[in-house]
Amino acid sequence: MVETVISEEAGVTELVRQSGVNPNHCYQCGKCSGGCPLSFAMDYSPSMVMRMLQVGMLAQVLSSKTIWLCASCETCSTRCPQDVDVAGLMDALRIMAWRKGSVDRDNRQAAFHRAFLHSLKSHGRLYELGLALTGNAASGKVTKDLDIGLPLLIKRKIKLLPPRIKGRRQIKLIFTRTLESGGKQGE
Amino acid sequence: MSKYAYFPGCSLHSTAREYELSTKNLSQELGVELVDVPDWNCCGASSAHVTDRGLDLALNGRNLTLAAGIGLDLVVPCASCYRRLASSRKSLSEDPALSQQIAAVLGQPLALSSQVRSLLEVFTTDEVLDKMQRGARKSLSGLKVAAYYGCLLVRPAKAANLDDPENPVSLDKLVTLMGGEALPWPFKTECCGGSLSLTDEDSSRVLIERILNMAKESGAECVVTACPLCQSNLDMRQMQLAKSTGRDYNMPVLYFTQLMGLVLGLGEKALGLNAHFVDPRPMLQKVGLV
Repeated sequence: MVETVISEEAGVTELVRQSGVNPNHCYQCGKCSGGCPLSFAMDYSPSMVMRMLQVGMLAQVLSSKTIWLCASCETCSTRCPQDVDVAGLMDALRIMAWRKGSVDRDNRQAAFHRAFLHSLKSHGRLYELGLALTGNAASGKVTKDLDIGLPLLIKRKIKLLPPRIKGRRQIKLIFTRTLESGGKQGE
Repeated sequence: MSKYAYFPGCSLHSTAREYELSTKNLSQELGVELVDVPDWNCCGASSAHVTDRGLDLALNGRNLTLAAGIGLDLVVPCASCYRRLASSRKSLSEDPALSQQIAAVLGQPLALSSQVRSLLEVFTTDEVLDKMQRGARKSLSGLKVAAYYGCLLVRPAKAANLDDPENPVSLDKLVTLMGGEALPWPFKTECCGGSLSLTDEDSSRVLIERILNMAKESGAECVVTACPLCQSNLDMRQMQLAKSTGRDYNMPVLYFTQLMGLVLGLGEKALGLNAHFVDPRPMLQKVGLV
């Protein structure tokens, strides 16, 4: 038990190093949670996450719904009187969860990011139709958003064929050298 | 005549094609030349920056390098792309070691474009506004508008220095200048949920509904925005909201470039007014804009 706590503390230190954001500066005023548009749907509010990190409860934070529900709207970071970049920390937590493999299979946000990045890697730009179809197939909801998908096609707001940039090889290389090599760049 | 490098981003080539169309046509009217960044790639929003920092920086490093080749300031219409490009530029230019790492990832030297600007900033300079006023053929007189900024155009203040993060006024000023009534309303910078509309419909619906309710209660006849994701969330989802709640908002959600184009006398085709889910034309007809 003691060992777990120590390794989690080391994890928090690593998180601070990678993100450049220190949750220990938080004095629990709760402004971030008050302004967060999604705190109603979260399992832990942003200020609770800050407190959990202060006491080393990293594993619980990494497996929370909160980090994936954060919409990166930056209201928290803008309002924090202690200048804690809460949204930046949420990004770092997602990156860490992703790398540690502590993301649930049924996590729909993570599945979306996976499909999004696959599309980007394949074409260099986003292929909306492909992304929507992959997403629907993955979630088993084949007809999801069909009521807006058809008008989108008719209004020429999504294309049937994927875009293709010339630099696709370079884009694939970027993926190989960052995300797929364990993300050692940019730390 | 001002000239910029132009980064459209994926949305402007798809779900926000009316934003691209109106931007391009408006820029000609205003004498602002936009040079497309050649072979640009997706900026990665909103997935790259939450999965791998190096990926985020390399994707945007490539775009910034391509833009630097044009030798002009880079203008970005999409709020998400703007945020990613501006943040990456800041991180890379402040940290030479990081910048070297990313150059190694790209397999080429990294060049950073001189400045990253949002389209709203570029289209609301004194020079452009002066030209707008002189070229105005119509007025937004009689139109009640809720100016909606969303998140990333104004937050965080350190990355986006366009306007006040809590009470931005640039869109409001623009509407007023064009003769319209910019309504005071409290949800100018509330979040629409972004891509959560694709992954957590229940939470996303709450956010979209709150914004639309507030716009309606404030007396707005339309919402004006500068973000493709805000626009599509507020416009596209009204139909689904009407089905699930029985409340039909019939609230057109326009891009600021479309309103500017209307005032300059551009036609509905040139502004893509047929591309919306909630057709803005009946409302625009009432005030004599189409």
